[in-house]
Amino acid sequence: MLQITDLHAAIDNKPILQGLNLTVNAGEVHAIMGPNASGKSTLAHVLAGKDGYDVTQGSVIYNGQNLLELAAEERARQGIFLAMQYPVELPGVNNMVFLRESLNAIRRARGESELDAVAFLRLVKEKAKLVHLDEKLLKRSVNTGFSGGEKKRNEILQMALLEPTLAILDETDSGLDIDALRVVAEGVNALRNPQRAMIVVTHYQRLLDYIEPDYVHVLANGKIIRSGTKQLARELEAKGYGWITGGAAA
Amino acid sequence: MTVMPQGIEKLVNSSYEFGFFTKIDADTVPPGIDEEVIRLISAKKQEPQWMLDYRLKAFAHWQTMTGPAWAHLKLAPIDYQAISYYSAPKTQADGPKSLDEIDPQLLDTYNKLGIPLEEQKALAGIAVDAVFDSVSVATTFRKKLHEAGVIFCSMSEAIREYPDLVQQHLGSVVPFKDNFFACLNAAVFTDGTFVYIPEGVRCPMELSTYFRINEAKTGQFERTLIVAEKGSYVSYLEGCTAPMRDENQLHAAVVELIAMDDARIKYSTVQNWYPGDKNGRGGIYNFVTKRGECRGDRSRISWTQVETGSAITWKYPSCILRGNDSAGEFYSVAVTRGKQQADTGTKMIHLGRNTTSTIVSKGISAGEGQNTYRGLVRMSPRAENGRNHTQCDSLLIGDQCGAHTFPYIEVRNPSANVEHEATTSKISEDQLFYCRQRGLSEEDAVSMIVNGFCKEVFNQLPMEFAVEAQKLLSVTLEGAVG
Repeated sequence: MLQITDLHAAIDNKPILQGLNLTVNAGEVHAIMGPNASGKSTLAHVLAGKDGYDVTQGSVIYNGQNLLELAAEERARQGIFLAMQYPVELPGVNNMVFLRESLNAIRRARGESELDAVAFLRLVKEKAKLVHLDEKLLKRSVNTGFSGGEKKRNEILQMALLEPTLAILDETDSGLDIDALRVVAEGVNALRNPQRAMIVVTHYQRLLDYIEPDYVHVLANGKIIRSGTKQLARELEAKGYGWITGGAAA
Repeated sequence: MTVMPQGIEKLVNSSYEFGFFTKIDADTVPPGIDEEVIRLISAKKQEPQWMLDYRLKAFAHWQTMTGPAWAHLKLAPIDYQAISYYSAPKTQADGPKSLDEIDPQLLDTYNKLGIPLEEQKALAGIAVDAVFDSVSVATTFRKKLHEAGVIFCSMSEAIREYPDLVQQHLGSVVPFKDNFFACLNAAVFTDGTFVYIPEGVRCPMELSTYFRINEAKTGQFERTLIVAEKGSYVSYLEGCTAPMRDENQLHAAVVELIAMDDARIKYSTVQNWYPGDKNGRGGIYNFVTKRGECRGDRSRISWTQVETGSAITWKYPSCILRGNDSAGEFYSVAVTRGKQQADTGTKMIHLGRNTTSTIVSKGISAGEGQNTYRGLVRMSPRAENGRNHTQCDSLLIGDQCGAHTFPYIEVRNPSANVEHEATTSKISEDQLFYCRQRGLSEEDAVSMIVNGFCKEVFNQLPMEFAVEAQKLLSVTLEGAVG
């Protein structure tokens, strides 16, 4: 589904990713771990098509096409979803309206008909239950005044609605207490299926107790320096990143 | 990141959608202004002597005045002798009796603008007094309104048919000495609308007038007067677009509202005149004096405006709260992009006891647009327990535009309560990325965020107008994004 080959990316001429290779197949869950500033979020942003990053070398092939040529919204319409580390607030934009516009934009791109108001309402309520999101939050402005946990659950709600092919979760565990973490992880697990791949970016092993990855990769200095199974994550937790990177533990 | 996403630049540079020029033979007075021109206008409109005298008095005073220089606007001096002060479509000569007699081209123009002129639009509940350049060409639903005792007609007609009412109220809220542009208007106004709601009558439909400036170099000087007697109610909608022209066109309208005891007037405007090209050439100069007087106790006047057009907007719809327990409201969305400049806001003059005023102003600046909010809240010594709440928000799109806020607060009564809140925000790239990551195009994202920002004001507009306003805002900020 996704082949990243020798990817180099920079912000303001400062190289961040420096020769990253990664292959993700349908149905797989890959965890990307690494110390701060190792390039984890940059990888997530480059895959989602955020402006401001210069890809200086390498390629990203997604379902047979050059992903880097597509605009962010086209990538989204082709099934790439990024659950953001810091979901932004959209004051005045009703959450329900936002979700419907988004779903319909993606349905149109998939050649499906737009959902009418009744069908949409039913669907969104069902999905909101999945992530234990208070229905009141559906009527509020997008993420505006939401707690950290509510924002993250709103992200997973969107993921559940949009049914992506490749979901990237960027530090979804950051800022969550253990209960919220469990709820979010349950939501994510419910979405695992053989057609869908996930890339879970995280700093801590903790999340991986709930979302069990098929593969774990350690990212340092813009490269994957070690890959393994979930056992690798446990070792990292015990020994710190310094064990692999050779530097101080992060 | 300092580079503006390409999309935004495109949105901001999209061209004016309603630019077309209708070919109609116009009966235009040569450019220039003097007593003779004023006598000519008055004669063409078959006005009574008192009206001519009023105009001449105003003109004499105007010649002693100079234009205001305090606004946060950059503009070249206006040559008032280069403007023609009267223009009427020739078809008006015989006076059309029904829509069938109206120049099809004219109807076509209105259709392009989506103006509901046909009778079947009665279903929509909107009566239309369409002003094409300076003369009203068609008025619908007069009969139904007449049955309710409501007078809704052109100002010229009102001067002929209801001279006493006009003479009693014209200039009683905005005297001709009020300001430079109001004074010019008093001298040369060509037409406009007169509305009179008798005591206890609730106007059975929304009243709507579409203004349109068509003839090149013809200044448009509208005069509107709305009188709501005791316990009456009226909602009035004003919407405008203008065809694309190369010359600067001067527009100096005066609107006066009078609300007696327990009366309520709701005045809504959508203004979409030609803003000029991307270099700032052409475009309407919009210098408007709008003022309502809550003359009676418990009366209420509310202004709602959506200002997206004009090269220059200079406009402060205001309320004089004279009656005890009266209330004034001002809800505004002003958009400037390209080289547009707007200096707009309101004045709330609290004179009576227990008077309240609410101001909600939303300014949106894009491109090199300059948006200024200027508002005055005055609590006079007699205004016991006066209350005001002002909320003034600015939204910036891109990094070459400007937002400015000049609140003036004068409190001369210790029991008054005045609140002012202001925010400035920017559509961030993170917000746009968030929306795009969810499959929305950049233009849909901008439109969604901007409409969210303006929601409080749009909620004040009558339903069908709110939909139009949203569409207009999207068109204004979007355009041809591929």
